[in-house]
Amino acid sequence: MTTNIPVVERILSANDRLAEQNRARLDAAGVFGVNIMASPGAGKTSLILRTIAALQLHLRLGVVEGDTAPVTLDADKVAAAGMPAVQINTGGDCHLDAVMLAGALPALPLETLHLLIVENVGNLICPAAFNLGTHLNVLIASVPEGDDKPYKYPAMYRGVGALIINKIDLLPYVEFNMDYFRRGVEMLNPGVVTFPLSCRTGEGVAEWAAWLRARAAQVKAV
Amino acid sequence: MHELAVTQSLLEIALRHAEAANARRVTALYLVIGRLSSMVDDSVQFYWDTISAGTPCEGATLHFRRVPAAFACLACGTEYVLDGEMTPCPACGSARVRIVSGDEFRLESIDVEKA
Repeated sequence: MTTNIPVVERILSANDRLAEQNRARLDAAGVFGVNIMASPGAGKTSLILRTIAALQLHLRLGVVEGDTAPVTLDADKVAAAGMPAVQINTGGDCHLDAVMLAGALPALPLETLHLLIVENVGNLICPAAFNLGTHLNVLIASVPEGDDKPYKYPAMYRGVGALIINKIDLLPYVEFNMDYFRRGVEMLNPGVVTFPLSCRTGEGVAEWAAWLRARAAQVKAV
Repeated sequence: MHELAVTQSLLEIALRHAEAANARRVTALYLVIGRLSSMVDDSVQFYWDTISAGTPCEGATLHFRRVPAAFACLACGTEYVLDGEMTPCPACGSARVRIVSGDEFRLESIDVEKA
């Protein structure tokens, strides 16, 4: 005899539970965790390096670098900036998940850190579905990608707590209708805080860094 | 593609609920997926056939219910279903909207055979 039994469970519930454990570990250590997501080439590593330069006198930062291949290019750049960095090689997987982050956390001196920046794998689809347990999801959109991205990747734009629009120095050279872009963002994520900036020229980086510093201070007094 | 991780999670959830219900076999899974969630049904079905083999879920049918993306306008209250591209309110043109549905990503229920 066949019986229907109710389940009503989010499909990635196992990942969600592990993400909660990651959050508890970060909270216990007083670390503010930030998950940075973007397409490949949008400027994730550049933004992290800019953020380190802006905040290193005020906060102790650690970085987790997610990469699909065993190249340490990004982690090397961060380590060269003098910050503890751990690389997660996803072995071709298109996103980081809570299990991978849980495996990386013990390699970092969490108790001594104020801010942990996680660089997700470059991808606008898969990372949106996997909570890591960080306190803040940040999406970097870059001007040359085009103004239609909120319309094409709604799940990614839905779940972020801050949006960075990088490469604004290229606005005079590419087709990018800021009003159209912002309208898409507003429909999916009303009122989300947005930082137009350029990692190349440094324009706008100070505003982002000051905001992030204030958010991090809510977890551990600096 | 993250459909493999999705499928593994589905199997784990279905087996856990089947065991709790003392079921011998799972014959169907009912999934609810909003249009704003990205998932490829065919890939999940493909992985499912492979990873459920040898478990009480082997041979279970996957039923996908796709929920359309629907918005409610915060300015005039009009509710509208998206057909293709995301658009502002068709009645008043406002982009201040609330998502009513489309975010769903859950396993609603399963059919089981009891021992």
